[in-house]
Amino acid sequence: MSFLEWIKQPWPWYIAGPMVGLTVPTLLIIGNKSFGISSSLRHVCPACLPANIPFFKYEWKKEIWNLFFVVGIFFGGMIAVNLLANPEPMQISTKLTAELSGYGITDYSGLMPNQLFNWPALLTVKGLLMIVFGGFLVGFGTRYAGGCTSGHAIMGLSTLQWPSLVATCCFMLGGFVMANLILPFILSL
Amino acid sequence: MQAFKENTDFEVRTLDAICVNDSKLTHKWYHNIKYLFVGLVFGIVFVKAEIISWFRIQEMFRLQSFHMYGVIGSAVVVGMISVWLIKKFSIKTMYGEKIEFHPKIFNMGQVYGGLIFGLGWAITGACPGPLFAQIGTGATVIVVTLLSAIAGTWVYGYLREKLPH
Repeated sequence: MSFLEWIKQPWPWYIAGPMVGLTVPTLLIIGNKSFGISSSLRHVCPACLPANIPFFKYEWKKEIWNLFFVVGIFFGGMIAVNLLANPEPMQISTKLTAELSGYGITDYSGLMPNQLFNWPALLTVKGLLMIVFGGFLVGFGTRYAGGCTSGHAIMGLSTLQWPSLVATCCFMLGGFVMANLILPFILSL
Repeated sequence: MQAFKENTDFEVRTLDAICVNDSKLTHKWYHNIKYLFVGLVFGIVFVKAEIISWFRIQEMFRLQSFHMYGVIGSAVVVGMISVWLIKKFSIKTMYGEKIEFHPKIFNMGQVYGGLIFGLGWAITGACPGPLFAQIGTGATVIVVTLLSAIAGTWVYGYLREKLPH
């Protein structure tokens, strides 16, 4: 097996997790930056539409590193899918595929379910809920909580902060409720 | 104390500790390119480990796979050890500054906001980081999700004084 074939396989958690964890010291050492991604969504607000809101009155230009970081994530996604894509279909739990087939989801060719997330879906109630309303909850909730999976679950827990543990537990609780109790209704729309 | 005077919105930002600009040094803009490269590696890991996959997030919230728990758990362990080492050996930044950590102060926003984000995470299959990587992989409609997330952040800023914290 060549190096390229080897690296094109899906990476196991024990490789990916430590690499994500190493982002914490990397950002601290290269510029004293606390790892956190949802802040990037905040910095766009004062840059585009500050509207005299106190929460957006800060020098966003000083935080521009965060926007460079997320632009990097975008390009990373592009490189990975174009140069390092896994030729095999994704291995998904048979329990999940059985459940999803009940909602007519049968296409597992992409990392995202193409049948749910596509442009024409925006004209359906299901699509609006999943693409637009879901995104709104992510943006509103992360800022309300003061961070997301990176800022609270990874950076916050790495620095042993109990408020981040509370936040992380709430993220998981919200996710369990949605995936198991509410999403079935949305998917059957 | 210079930094305190410049940072006029200090009170606003105490509730939101991850948004503090820690470095007191000012650099030319191109110093930010290094963050682009860290993001690049991070984005590749996101895709290659399928962290950005909606299916993997559904498996996580249905307890059907260990993968995401392994990723987040091992990331936290590596992060913890790194932070411990930085503190123990007083490791400085590449510019020779002291590395600072900012305590997060508890407020009820972490509970309410956390639950709201959790609901959104399970619908979209993405936290804010993966949104950017998903767009990069060619799922262009996720641009709408991202814009909606920015709108959600804006609405939070607008309603902030009226919300319980």
